[in-house]
Amino acid sequence: MSRSDLPALTIADLQSLLRRKEISPREVIDALRTRIESVESKIDAYLSIDFEGAAKEADKADVDLPLGGVPIAIKDIINVKGQPCTCASKILANYRSPYDATVIQKLRAAGAIPFGKTNMDEFAMGSSTENSSVKVTRNPWDLSRVPGGSSGGSAAAVAADAAFGGLGTDTGGSIRQPASLSGVVGVKPSYGRVSRFGVTAFASSLDQVGPLTKTVRDSALIMNAMAGHDPQDSTSLNEPVPDYTKNLGRDLKGMRLGLPKEYMIEGIDPQVKSAVDVAIKQLQSLGAEIVDVSLPHTDYGIAVYYFLATAEASANLARFDGVRYGYRAKDPKDLLDHYGRTREEGFGAEVKRRIILGTYVLSSGYYDAYYVRAQKVRELIRQDFVKAFEKVDAIVSPTSPVPAFKLGERTADPLAMYLADIFTNTGNLAGICGISVPCGLAKANGNQLPIGLQILGKALDEACTFQIAHAYEQSTDWHKARPKL
Amino acid sequence: MGKSTELDVAYVSKLARLNLTDEETRLFEKQLADVLKYAEKLREVDVSHVEATAHAIPIFNVFREDEPRDWFTAEEALSNAPHKANQLFIVTKVVE
Repeated sequence: MSRSDLPALTIADLQSLLRRKEISPREVIDALRTRIESVESKIDAYLSIDFEGAAKEADKADVDLPLGGVPIAIKDIINVKGQPCTCASKILANYRSPYDATVIQKLRAAGAIPFGKTNMDEFAMGSSTENSSVKVTRNPWDLSRVPGGSSGGSAAAVAADAAFGGLGTDTGGSIRQPASLSGVVGVKPSYGRVSRFGVTAFASSLDQVGPLTKTVRDSALIMNAMAGHDPQDSTSLNEPVPDYTKNLGRDLKGMRLGLPKEYMIEGIDPQVKSAVDVAIKQLQSLGAEIVDVSLPHTDYGIAVYYFLATAEASANLARFDGVRYGYRAKDPKDLLDHYGRTREEGFGAEVKRRIILGTYVLSSGYYDAYYVRAQKVRELIRQDFVKAFEKVDAIVSPTSPVPAFKLGERTADPLAMYLADIFTNTGNLAGICGISVPCGLAKANGNQLPIGLQILGKALDEACTFQIAHAYEQSTDWHKARPKL
Repeated sequence: MGKSTELDVAYVSKLARLNLTDEETRLFEKQLADVLKYAEKLREVDVSHVEATAHAIPIFNVFREDEPRDWFTAEEALSNAPHKANQLFIVTKVVE
């Protein structure tokens, strides 16, 4: 195998070569560096990269560890000791992490090398990565389109073979939606499955960290290393972590998959709909039984999500006060001026918009009408899933109603951008797990654009979604399709 | 549920300690009015018998022993401070 072919490998295949000593971890880093240097000017997926540090870690890597010698790209909202952690915000432009997030400690213990930080919507607020204060990341399949977001840098890097795998965060779809739009696999673990310690908080009742990879197996490998209880995160669940690769390769006989009638909405792209219809037939041919289910409160998901996520964000982002870290406005005349200008000059437009909406829904006189009501409807959405999962093992749907949209197409209309998460955000509200797996290619202006199939599973039943996604993936060739860059 | 026109962005920006330009204030007023109008559909839902959900998975208070542990040194804690001196954060004057 020539060195230039290495970056296209899956993590599982890379590990085989490493363990057979056919290549060294150092050669892997060098080959990845060459690939990144040739494509990064087109896609702009990374905010910072430490090749020298990665080379040093590669030289002492133990390839027999579960992810030994495997370089992983990290969304720039997750702290990696000594690296910048900007959240793609001006307010953290000069921030360097004094410690490793728990997920980074766990990846390192498994032998992985966190080598670079990827672009994102500022503080993970967005669905296109256009809200980055630093730069615009482009979709490797069509450079005039968005990679999705907010974990768009990790998605684009994996799609372009500029990363073997990446980490993202998913608050309303921010892993699954960019995975869908960029043609890779993306996993949102169940709430409490993965520690958020060292991950900058956006909406604490919704956020989860998860992998973006080329295959389902690669995501399962990263989840094996990353999942589990962390005393540093009091919301992480003290439940046993199964081996997520164990069910891979099992067929789907006896598996019942729910098809929610509420997901067949107007506005769904015809090419997305037909690709998902074909995928569902494929799942049937693999032995799964398709069952109609109803999630009657689906239509309220976006409204509930934007009240709760912005309310939580307005509280979480109060920590950016220009005192202990981050940007501080010059020569404040008093404390109010210090806070007001620090935050005005440090935050971008979407972050400001969400802080205003979140502060409003929590403010006196509106708290019950907006925030409490949204929490109650959230409970109804959660109960919808509980009832559906009494009948089925998992639920299938499109991940995104549309393929990748054009850069700039939705930036002027926040509501249109919010609707990008229509199939994904209820999974966060209900705390369940989900995965997006490539299931087709739409045609648009002579380009091919990836389509994603979402599989939602019960809380803590990631193993089931991996089994279904893997069986589907291995029976099709969509995961082998690569953009021409 | 309040009417969407009740969102006074200038007032809320003071609560949020977030200065906005006049242009941003006008733009957000219009954009967030659209969002609030869209969210009016939540008024249709009968929530009279529903308990509010703060977390999707019931998690109760989590305690640990209050014991000293190794953690940041003062230098590490101050490593990102915008203004520091004598191992302290320097803050904007609070009292007259």
